[in-house]
Amino acid sequence: MKYYTYFPGCSSSEGGAKAYGWSARAISKVLDIELIELDDWNCCGSTPYSSIDELVSFCLSARNLALAEKRGLDLVTPCSSCYVSLNRTNSYLKEYPDIKARVDEALAAGDLEYHGTVRVRHLLDVLVNDIGYGEISSKVKRSLSGLKIAPYYGCQVVRPSPGFDHPEFPQSLDKLIACLGGEPVPFPLKSRCCGGSLIISEEALALDLIRKLLDCALSNGAECLVTVCPLCQTNLDVYQSRVNKRFKTSFNLPILFFTQLMGVAFGLGDEELGLKTCIVPAEEALAKYL
Amino acid sequence: MEKMIRTDAFVNEIAALPGGEGVRLCIQCGTCTASCPNADRMEHTPSQLIAMARAGMRDEVLSSDAMWYCLSCYLCTVRCPRGIKQTDLMHALESLAVREGLSHGRTLTPAMYRSFNDFVYSLGSLPEFGFMTWFHLLTNPLRAFRLVPVMLKLLKRGRLSIRARRLTPQGTRQLRAVLDRAESLGGAR
Repeated sequence: MKYYTYFPGCSSSEGGAKAYGWSARAISKVLDIELIELDDWNCCGSTPYSSIDELVSFCLSARNLALAEKRGLDLVTPCSSCYVSLNRTNSYLKEYPDIKARVDEALAAGDLEYHGTVRVRHLLDVLVNDIGYGEISSKVKRSLSGLKIAPYYGCQVVRPSPGFDHPEFPQSLDKLIACLGGEPVPFPLKSRCCGGSLIISEEALALDLIRKLLDCALSNGAECLVTVCPLCQTNLDVYQSRVNKRFKTSFNLPILFFTQLMGVAFGLGDEELGLKTCIVPAEEALAKYL
Repeated sequence: MEKMIRTDAFVNEIAALPGGEGVRLCIQCGTCTASCPNADRMEHTPSQLIAMARAGMRDEVLSSDAMWYCLSCYLCTVRCPRGIKQTDLMHALESLAVREGLSHGRTLTPAMYRSFNDFVYSLGSLPEFGFMTWFHLLTNPLRAFRLVPVMLKLLKRGRLSIRARRLTPQGTRQLRAVLDRAESLGGAR
């Protein structure tokens, strides 16, 4: 059994990506991973806070890091944005003594202190590097053979920090798909941006970015696409019909969390994976494997 | 001579910000601009912003809409041959612009960010439904109607939570104490 402190993030806990949280827990059980949710965690602040008020943004993350430090385990999140915010706070606190002094003072107002020892990890990193492809493939009950899958990383799981995979041409998700028996299709836009939160304030612009991704996946023969981030899933899935309307296209590409795909291969049921929460129905593409 | 002083002042200001140190290292190669998915929407491209900043064009830079189109995808940052943290620089310019109360061209992104932050500051969590509704009510209530189909779809698929996740009362008090102190200490920049 491997133990981690778990930071679901707003979206994967009770928000629009709750199926990500469910499926992450379900596959963890299969792989003997214990995800212990961080008590009383708060929102990481994401890009909106770091763009407007950086000190508050660092303090939001620092409270979570301080709480996690008491446990002494790696802090794992399934959300790419939480991953960047928490990691960025860690590195800024190391790099800038002036920021550290102010964050320490703010934390002290809540009787907290943080010594910079928490390692922040993305769930994908933990699965492929701590558990490993061999162990994962040993749990496969229904091989996904014949299923063509676009591996979509998005931006923040591989950038900016020198992380666990290449910042532009990552491979870990491709290999993970292959060890489930699936076929990762070539996907040149695998680490390009989905538009992020600008889908809310600049919809036309984000829809164009989403269209390019869907187009690239489809023209490479993908029957579904997997993501490692709640916001990427939302943009590609929920807004797919808006893309169709705007560009007169007829995309109908199921968008799954990579944990859902793993669950299907592990033979888990829909009640644990939340496949029915997908707006573009995934049942048809997965029919052979369910 | 006067021009020299004006030029240096803005560059010094940026260089003093966390993440802004690299502004002097730029060689205007244009890699950031070529990498940016949104450079064509920006009033000024990322490399132009740096050139303008070094020419002392403070108001033009800060009132530009350019940085508000940054997606924080960090492609410029990992590609910059001079190691400039271009994405962080964009964030630094955004914060400065907000602090100065300068207008932001045509984009609604600053208002969207502020709506997001209001929820996070007061609740410690982000209820997506409340946040999106609040943003549309603040900016253009008529646009809120366009959200209805999206919301209905999410509701039908069990993905829409109307109620926000709450921290425990102790957690809420603790977070509030930390954030209030952070505000009193001024921005990080």
